[in-house]
Amino acid sequence: MTAMKVYLKTIICLIVSTHLLIGFGLCRDDYDYIDITNPFLRKIPIAIPVFKKISIDDTSTKLSKEASDLLSKTLEFTGYFKIMDRDAFLLDPQNGAALSDVKFHNWTSIGAELLLTGGVVIENDHLEIELRLYDTFKEQMLLGKRYKGGMVDQRKMIRRFCSELIYLLTGDMGIFNSKIAFVSTSSGHKEIYICDFDGYNPKRLTNHKNITLSPAWSSDGNWLAYTSYAKGKPDLYIKHLTENRSSVIAKEGINISPAWVPGEFLLTATLSFSGDPEIYMLTGTGKMIKRLTNKRGIDVSPTWSPDGKKMAFVSKRAGSPQIYIKDIDSGRVNRLTFEGHYNTQPSWSPKGDKIAYSGMKQGLGDIHVIGTDGQNPTQLTHNEGNNESASWSPDGSLIVFTSTREGLSRIYVMTAFGTDQRRLVAISGKQTEPHWSPRLSTIH
Amino acid sequence: MRKKLWIKLILLLIIPGFLFTVSCTKKAVTSDTEVTQPIEEKDLKAKEAAEKARQEELARQRAIEEERLKEEAAKREAARNQFLTQDIYFDFDSFSILPEAQEILSDKAEWLQDNSDATVTIEGHCDERGTIEYNLALGDRRAESAKAYLVNLGIAESRLNTISYGEERPMDPSNNENAWGKNRRAHFLKN
Repeated sequence: MTAMKVYLKTIICLIVSTHLLIGFGLCRDDYDYIDITNPFLRKIPIAIPVFKKISIDDTSTKLSKEASDLLSKTLEFTGYFKIMDRDAFLLDPQNGAALSDVKFHNWTSIGAELLLTGGVVIENDHLEIELRLYDTFKEQMLLGKRYKGGMVDQRKMIRRFCSELIYLLTGDMGIFNSKIAFVSTSSGHKEIYICDFDGYNPKRLTNHKNITLSPAWSSDGNWLAYTSYAKGKPDLYIKHLTENRSSVIAKEGINISPAWVPGEFLLTATLSFSGDPEIYMLTGTGKMIKRLTNKRGIDVSPTWSPDGKKMAFVSKRAGSPQIYIKDIDSGRVNRLTFEGHYNTQPSWSPKGDKIAYSGMKQGLGDIHVIGTDGQNPTQLTHNEGNNESASWSPDGSLIVFTSTREGLSRIYVMTAFGTDQRRLVAISGKQTEPHWSPRLSTIH
Repeated sequence: MRKKLWIKLILLLIIPGFLFTVSCTKKAVTSDTEVTQPIEEKDLKAKEAAEKARQEELARQRAIEEERLKEEAAKREAARNQFLTQDIYFDFDSFSILPEAQEILSDKAEWLQDNSDATVTIEGHCDERGTIEYNLALGDRRAESAKAYLVNLGIAESRLNTISYGEERPMDPSNNENAWGKNRRAHFLKN
């Protein structure tokens, strides 16, 4: 009898301990900081105290505040975090304690789940920033980096750390090394401008002194295609951004709405030299490859799936402008949008599963998102002027678009779920047609 | 010796004297004609009057001709102005030629036939609603529709160019139905 009891006891112990082990393992895997299915439902509270200045002078006081504010703004831009108010902090991190000496209960007690501390050293013209990310409840450091460079490299350093941070939390490098091209009338004519992903530093790119429209980034980020009336009619320009190389497609009629094929030096555009606007595929140097649409009426605004196998576009073939998807291999074309009488400007998410577009009702446009299978059409903007020209961030988490909700057309950004809508850029004139670049190879 | 000198002197005096008498004789002739003058004057005057009348008639004819030319030029100018300023309009999201537009296009075809060496550019425009790229394509179709209509009326295709401005160059930048109606148009330019 006792032998049996012992035997049973050991079996029960074994079962319980394996469950504990498996359970622990499961907990480890399930602990996601950011829920990928809807990352914006719950923002993670993160505390970012002012960075500690390690050298004693006024410049480093100013700079440590600037750097910590920039880091807060950059992380806030992603929409994943709730940046905690510094007034709620229980202690002043400038006092005493070395950087590595963190009293976690001071942070967990105010509800911070993540803590980001930093230290700044300035010597002559050299800048050194040390940054650490902690999980306050687990009381462990998740990420620690030290950057050295010139004073001008501050923004670059902050962005690089943010890329590492986001990669750690989501498995994706994020958007910190991307830019946005857009059209603005600031100079008196529509020209193309480029700014950083957060709207910083907008700079004019073109100088055609004539109507210039529809910028489109190539998938390696080195080329920009656009339409300009520089020579008196709408021609398509393909311009290298750093080297002095360019091509022009100047066929009779309109040469408009360029969109690059992912991973290739190819683009699609609408040309009307045949007498009817149709979509064609061309090389990056402007050589014709083939015609992709074949229906009388208007075919315009191509956008590609990230795997390069499908193309969505706008066609009037059924009477009113609607969005269609063409499978490149089979050649089959299926209609995607059935709600509303005017659906245009599709933009395919880099995640591959959704398409954003402009749906117009009673003269005003709104941004909608629909599954590529046609499921769940959702309206993201409501009753706020005219909203159009949606373009996805390279990680598919944010959408940039234009809105006239404040009067003149301006560039706005929101999460993929329509939350946190805010203005991104405001320079003189009207801004239109933003296009978000892919991740650029270096952080500029 | 002295005699010869005297003779020479006398000759010097006499010869110019002869010359004077000759001129005097001329005068004598004139006085002869003066006598006959009244008759000739009359003829001259009649002639002059006739000439004057003829000139006046010519001037009058010229004035009438100028007037006619001016009128014709004005008419041509008016027809040209009408050709250049009278636009045709379209319904929302449409590039069909409406009945009113058809009449206007007939007038334009007439002008093109009267001015057979003129080449023309047809601009297609849209109102601000809808998206920039779609409207560029719609403007293109509107210009092409107008061109096709004129070609059907007998105008050579090579004389007609088209260009689309989409929503980029509105006639009226206001945001109301009235402005939108004015902007959905095709406009004609002489090259």
